[in-house]
Amino acid sequence: MATMTLTPDEAAPRGPLSARLTTPQIWGIVMLAPYMLVFAAFVVYPVGYGLWLARHPSSYVALYNDPVFARAAVNTLIFLVIGINFKMVVALFLSGFFVQARSWIRWLSVLFILPWAVPSIPTILSVRFMLNPEWGMVNQLIFKFTGDDGPNWLNDPTIALTMAIAVHIWKSLPFWTMILMTGRLAIAQDLFEAADVDGASWWQKFRFITWPSLRTLYLTCTLLSMIWTLGDFNSVYLLTGGGPADLTHVLSTLGIRYLRLDQLDMSMAAIVCALPLVLPLVYFMMKRLSR
Amino acid sequence: MKLGTTEFSWRDVGTEARLLLIGIPVFIWTMLPIYHMFLFAISPKEDAFSGKFWPDHPTLHNFHIVFYQQHYFLRDFWIQFWNSTVIAVAAGALTLLIATSAAFAISRLKIPGSRWVMNLALFTYFIPAAFLAVPMYRTMGNYGLLNNQWSLILAMVTIASPYAIWVLKQASDKLPVELDEAAVMDGATTLQIFRLVYLPLMMPSLVAIGTYALLLAWNEYLYAFLLLSKDTDITLPVALGNFLAADDSPWELLMTTGFIYALPPAAIYYAFRRYMVGGLIAGAVKS
Repeated sequence: MATMTLTPDEAAPRGPLSARLTTPQIWGIVMLAPYMLVFAAFVVYPVGYGLWLARHPSSYVALYNDPVFARAAVNTLIFLVIGINFKMVVALFLSGFFVQARSWIRWLSVLFILPWAVPSIPTILSVRFMLNPEWGMVNQLIFKFTGDDGPNWLNDPTIALTMAIAVHIWKSLPFWTMILMTGRLAIAQDLFEAADVDGASWWQKFRFITWPSLRTLYLTCTLLSMIWTLGDFNSVYLLTGGGPADLTHVLSTLGIRYLRLDQLDMSMAAIVCALPLVLPLVYFMMKRLSR
Repeated sequence: MKLGTTEFSWRDVGTEARLLLIGIPVFIWTMLPIYHMFLFAISPKEDAFSGKFWPDHPTLHNFHIVFYQQHYFLRDFWIQFWNSTVIAVAAGALTLLIATSAAFAISRLKIPGSRWVMNLALFTYFIPAAFLAVPMYRTMGNYGLLNNQWSLILAMVTIASPYAIWVLKQASDKLPVELDEAAVMDGATTLQIFRLVYLPLMMPSLVAIGTYALLLAWNEYLYAFLLLSKDTDITLPVALGNFLAADDSPWELLMTTGFIYALPPAAIYYAFRRYMVGGLIAGAVKS
């Protein structure tokens, strides 16, 4: 069904159908109208307004000279390229674990969904306190076992960003694992049985059966996750607040930072700067999904 | 669970051990932040800050404080809980209404240009929500809707409906055209087809989409915190974020409130998991 294009549908009006096209068509327009209104009022207008605010070349010069922007761009790239790829590899691995037929693994998979099912705000705040240098559980454990003070987790930009990525992974890993699981379950089992008969190793089975059938799905998931992660505001904002010293911002929190500083044009310019990265991804995903 | 039922083999034990070696870290990783939240919720302040894995004096006192609003940060707890509920339900219902009729028009009525609408909606779906937040904030200001809960409801509908339309369109494309044709033969009007043929058949997807939009709105932080500011207008996640404003935040109460806030969506998710898995996951990413 994925390969079916819309062209045969559009050529559909056969004799009897085209004769009664008018009334359903009017209804169709009436039923589409609410969404079109929402789209015009809350997508077209804000996007146009945002682009209009970002029209001054001087905002881009200011952005270019703002070290926080450069840092945020680098952080965003690290988040996407390292964070997401790591997450997807782990998800691919865990999907293989969760398709094992064991009742305890089925129970574990029910619990495993929890991070995805609960809202992110309280859990991110929970992690934030766990990492508190004095009172947090992590450093108290480190002290108990080694007698040393643990690192000041959220006060070191590198560790803080890593922790923000970890929080993001904690939240969204179950979702992608589940999707890759459905992908794995769709592979015909007799392929594996035949491979077993031929004495194929675990790696050979993955390399020649699982991966070829999962490859497209895996790529789609990775790209989709990258697009969504660009908009992940909570993981960074609620864990580090962009700190210490504005060193852990990503593009999605930067907009809010400029808004707070009353530099609306900068806020929009920062987003416009991200468009060359976003639009190709969006275009590719639309090609894939609108078939 | 299969002890004694099958014959003992060292190879099975090895496999099982290796699976456990993956399973146990996964379990700890998944549960730790949630357990930590729960631990705070049942701990008095001194125990919470001691880094223990189980409090010396477990108590439900924190819940008492939250429910009776006996703290400065919690004085509007119930009204904020109510705000969250109203906004989530309204956003869910409105999304369902808008997306269902749009999907019906696109998929069943085949009006010219509907493919275009679908692509526009998909495009919106792929704009990261945080990128739209600042212009949306200004737009709501221009419309005079700031600090009005309708602004958050409408923003959530805007964000939820593209995906909703897409999933519902995919689902309705699978319904046979002959159904509509037969109904037309019997003299059914378009609205009757929509009400009597289309809606009943789409029920599982509608449940999934309604739940999706409801949870999306319940969980939303960024838009809620931009668009609403009065203490009696804001939703629970914004109230949770406001706890951080003070240096000596009562973390045990913050975690208790967070725990209460996290329960409804978790319960809804598990209750509708059947629909969520069937209706959403399959549609989310197609290979």
